[in-house]
Amino acid sequence: MKLQIESPAHLIDVNDLALDKIEPTAKGGLRIGALVRNTDLAADSRVRRDYGVLTRALVAGASGQLRNQATTAGNLLQRTRCPYFYDSNQPCNKRRPGSGCGAIGGVSRQHAIVGVSDACIATHPSDMAIAMRALDATIETVRPNGSARTIPIADFHRLPGNTPHIENSLEPGELITAVTLPKPVGGTHVYRKVRDRASYAFALVSVAAIVQRDGTGRVALGGVAHKPWRVEAAEREMPRGAKAVAAGLVAGARTTHDNAFKVPLVERTLAAVLAEAKG
Amino acid sequence: MTAFNPARRKLLKASAAAGGAVAAGPLFPEAEAAAGAQAAKPAAAATVNVLLRVNGTDHQVMIDPRTTLLDALRERLHLTGTKKGCDQGQCGACTVIVDGRRITSCLTLAVMQQGHDITTIEGLGTPKNLHPMQAAFVKHDGYQCGFCTPGQICSAVAMLEEVRAGVPSHVTADLTGRPEPTNAELRERMSGNICRCGAYSNIQEAIAEVAGVKR
Repeated sequence: MKLQIESPAHLIDVNDLALDKIEPTAKGGLRIGALVRNTDLAADSRVRRDYGVLTRALVAGASGQLRNQATTAGNLLQRTRCPYFYDSNQPCNKRRPGSGCGAIGGVSRQHAIVGVSDACIATHPSDMAIAMRALDATIETVRPNGSARTIPIADFHRLPGNTPHIENSLEPGELITAVTLPKPVGGTHVYRKVRDRASYAFALVSVAAIVQRDGTGRVALGGVAHKPWRVEAAEREMPRGAKAVAAGLVAGARTTHDNAFKVPLVERTLAAVLAEAKG
Repeated sequence: MTAFNPARRKLLKASAAAGGAVAAGPLFPEAEAAAGAQAAKPAAAATVNVLLRVNGTDHQVMIDPRTTLLDALRERLHLTGTKKGCDQGQCGACTVIVDGRRITSCLTLAVMQQGHDITTIEGLGTPKNLHPMQAAFVKHDGYQCGFCTPGQICSAVAMLEEVRAGVPSHVTADLTGRPEPTNAELRERMSGNICRCGAYSNIQEAIAEVAGVKR
């Protein structure tokens, strides 16, 4: 809003809605209210014990001040940090549909390598969402007519295609009320974020992983796509090691001169994560 | 699943509490085009009456509802200790403590902070009666130009409370244990406060002394 990327005629403060609780679900999982702050979610003893990858991802993101303000739903709905999106002198299909993309052929070190289109190569900036993707979270919403629905996180964020301005599957007026985590799956939880500074920087590549003792598990990537990136077929290669998994995760990658380094970085970060999980 | 009652009345109540509808004025020239289908008319700038509790004192101010907490503190209450650096939540210079928690005051609207306890650098201590963190910054020369200092100090005071409350950080090794106030922990937790002069080592010394880090 400060940069006039958005200039809403109306703003509604939803902070007084009672959506700030973390509660157990009947299925043995956790239901996280939309307004639970990132700090509180990361510090919740159940999350730290059973969903360590989520705490790790949360505390890898932003700063202490921002985590105190940021909410669960707001984090999911973050806009990209693509500099061409924020510079209104530049073309951007996300900000002004049809105007073109400044990042393609521009400075694109931070940009996406998989799931990209000719219209947009922006990434989703969230760390939290990457862990939630690995955990198979579900997003609960309510529509203006009062009807509720649930959206698997896999279907929540969209790839850019030729409509990069449509970033998720929410309908106009639809409000996120909670994010539900299924019952804990055990395993070793790791979130590894590679970035230009040791703290308070967006990911070049991040890996959220849950690794079981037999070497099987789940992996989601951040910093490489317009949405949290997970390829279930690639995960099945986990017992064979990082190379095989990474090959499946970044298959069909479309890189630029600036961000081609992310392809080997995915494999190396994954190798480090699998080594750490082995202990 | 706990039922959530999506009654519109509740939503409306929440919006009214926050100052409600804001007409886009001439500050936002693109708003008219964007809202064209709804035939938005450029309305006269509305003001709202806001009650802010700052450093234990209630202040009634009439403000444009688009005013950030930072601008309300500086321009209306003349509490200029809180600094405006980037005005985008990146530098931490505007850090204040709301209900015990550090936040960047540039990223919240003043109307959203009614009913909350706001503490600024002016409320932590006075020149004759410094807060221990302020005294430690003086002792360790934890600044050069001083612009980031109020934000650093407010951030540090609330940060130590986060450590005491057991909030984990990126460098906490054991998520199920209690974090200890080590140098590595303090540095990581203060990364949201940028010092353009680079006085970090002395800032770190000051905070470490207050935190009781063993040397």
